[in-house]
Amino acid sequence: MKAMHLTIVLAPLVAAIVAGVFGRRIGRAGAHWVTILAVGLSAVLSLLVLKHLVFDGGEAQNYTVYTWAVTDGLRMEVGFLVDRLSALMMVVVTFVSLMVHVYTIGYMHDDPGYQRFFSYISLFTFAMLMLVMSNNFLQLFFGWEAVGLVSYLLIGFWYKKPTAIVANLKAFLVNRVGDFGFILGIAAVVAFAGTLDYAETFAQAERIAGQEIEIFAASPWNAMTVICILLFIGAMGKSAQAPLHVWLPDSMEGPTPISALIHAATMVTAGIYMVARMSPLYELSATALGFVLIIGAVTAFFMGLLGIVQNDIKRVVAYSTLSQLGYMTVALGASAYAAGIFHLMTHAFFKALLFLAAGSVIIAMHHQQDIRRMGGLRKYMPVTYWTALIGSLALIGFPGTAGFFSKDALIEAVHAAWVQQGGMAHAIAYWSVLLGVFVTALYSFRLFFLVFHGEERMDAATRGHLHESPSVVTVPLILLAIPSLLVGWPAIGPLLFGGFFGDAIRVAPEHGALAAVGEEFHGPAGFILHAFGGPAVYLALAGLAVAWYVWLRRPALAAQASERLSGLYRLLVNKYYADELYQRVFAAGGRGIGTVLWKAGDEVVIDGVLVNGTARGIGRIAAVVRRMQSGYLYHYAFAMVIGLTALLGWMLWAG
Amino acid sequence: MSGIGLQHYLTLSAILFSLAVAGIFINRKNVILLLMCIELMLLAVNFNFVAFSRYVGNELGQIFVFFILTVAAAEAAIGLAILVVLFRSRRSIDVENMDAMKG
Repeated sequence: MKAMHLTIVLAPLVAAIVAGVFGRRIGRAGAHWVTILAVGLSAVLSLLVLKHLVFDGGEAQNYTVYTWAVTDGLRMEVGFLVDRLSALMMVVVTFVSLMVHVYTIGYMHDDPGYQRFFSYISLFTFAMLMLVMSNNFLQLFFGWEAVGLVSYLLIGFWYKKPTAIVANLKAFLVNRVGDFGFILGIAAVVAFAGTLDYAETFAQAERIAGQEIEIFAASPWNAMTVICILLFIGAMGKSAQAPLHVWLPDSMEGPTPISALIHAATMVTAGIYMVARMSPLYELSATALGFVLIIGAVTAFFMGLLGIVQNDIKRVVAYSTLSQLGYMTVALGASAYAAGIFHLMTHAFFKALLFLAAGSVIIAMHHQQDIRRMGGLRKYMPVTYWTALIGSLALIGFPGTAGFFSKDALIEAVHAAWVQQGGMAHAIAYWSVLLGVFVTALYSFRLFFLVFHGEERMDAATRGHLHESPSVVTVPLILLAIPSLLVGWPAIGPLLFGGFFGDAIRVAPEHGALAAVGEEFHGPAGFILHAFGGPAVYLALAGLAVAWYVWLRRPALAAQASERLSGLYRLLVNKYYADELYQRVFAAGGRGIGTVLWKAGDEVVIDGVLVNGTARGIGRIAAVVRRMQSGYLYHYAFAMVIGLTALLGWMLWAG
Repeated sequence: MSGIGLQHYLTLSAILFSLAVAGIFINRKNVILLLMCIELMLLAVNFNFVAFSRYVGNELGQIFVFFILTVAAAEAAIGLAILVVLFRSRRSIDVENMDAMKG
């Protein structure tokens, strides 16, 4: 078992090194074969691990592979915790990664950085597996930073493009803000629990929750609340939750396959996974859960609104990703961790599918990404059309699709949490996710109709070359469409209500939102029927209908609406001015502080007083002292005689 | 031994030494005078050695004097040679002008 886990993790790393270092020698085909075989091996072994745990009744395994250092009683180790939660993540990560690897052969066909790209995505798979399989905070942090690094490298993959460089720098800097909180959180865990190991930390959770910490004088905070909120700030950076969401839309400057893999399906869900993994800690802090809930609700609703006004095909999908990540976060805040992870899984499939479909469209359009210049692509690209339709339906939660099961269960759980616990936070969260359904349907099908239906708005040269993408592109689309459509049916029962995760996720008895939903659950078909008794399905269908009417039936209506609501429209087009705020306040403030420190601190204090001041001071003293050096021999002789006399006198009288 | 004792020799020696020191300070003109003053100091020291040697009854002090006289002679020779070279390069042996070490 241990050899198997190690192979899963190390195969992509070895492939990444081979493709990266020997890329020129093994050539393009060599690079994609070595990485695809390695990730394929990981995917197959991950499936075996999951099968072993779920169907063969295997035990969850938690062991140390290598002890890196022991210092002051603190063990820094590399270890694996493979239970059903991490096994599920491993399958999702390796499966989506494998699809993206295959797809990349078609998408990056003519790119000069072909081998480099394969090396990076394989390295990403390694880093993400290290993150999800970790059994301690240090390795979690390693994986966390490593996926961030690869994300940085891949956003700036086309390093000659200035916008890509700005975008990857922005992603890196915004993630630093989150990671600052994250590392403080880990430090707090070490301070209170005295260990980096998950299991040992969870064992002390009750004791930590009873302690208090004074951050500011005379205002004590519960230690668990502090730990959880700090860790969640890290998740906000990685999972792009408001207000640290600004990097994700810009990350679309990178090639489309990594938008699908890293910035939709896997890396950005690391924060969700981390919070679910830390559920034994979060359950003990109602304040932290409320914080998580509000952040998720704000992200889910307001980021979805932005998707309605975007015109770049990838950015629409990016805002949809933000919104869906908000949904998952809301589920975490409502203690429905399983629902969050379930939505994470279905979202990984259908969002990767949507991104890859968008990439297929971009290939056909010769890297034109503006949806105002598309339209009527349905008859040119049938496979892309049908798979994108499945992805969009899953995204809006159309009954029967995978997205429906996860999203509807999530909304039900939030509702149940509101009923059980009451309170403003839960009410806001519930209304946000519910109205978010309408918004999701609106922007999803706006995109869909503008791209695949309606009149053909591209220029004649592009239209002449329109054709379906090659099979390395369409096969991954089909393979992702299958789980997007069907995975909900077998998964919802055991995953949400069957105690699938066992000890991996701990829910306090008083936070029984998901259990309450489970009481009403009688099989997937019954769940669909039950959903027609609630508002979410009708909102999704209404969104679909409005999108059809506004953008397909009466295209002039959209323009009128944007004129009529010009204030709101401007607010949305400018993304709530978040970028401007950060530029003017934080970036300019940082530069201002920098200028003050440079002018006053560096130039005046260090250069002026310390460095040049020392030199000037010595010069002044020397100017006085040099007068003693007359240069006349007899002065020196006199000094010697006086000195000798003084010495002798001192020896005689004092000695 | 009734009239002249150890203290007379020491007094003479001290006077000689003081004259030499005074010579070094007061003399602002000639480097040769400076050399002579140094010789005079050495003589004062020699006086002390001989006087104490005699007083203690130990010949070691007088042997020292021989060495000092030898060294002084060598020193005077070298000093004068330096002076000649100095004069050739600077056309003067004036103490006032020798302040190359002035800070």
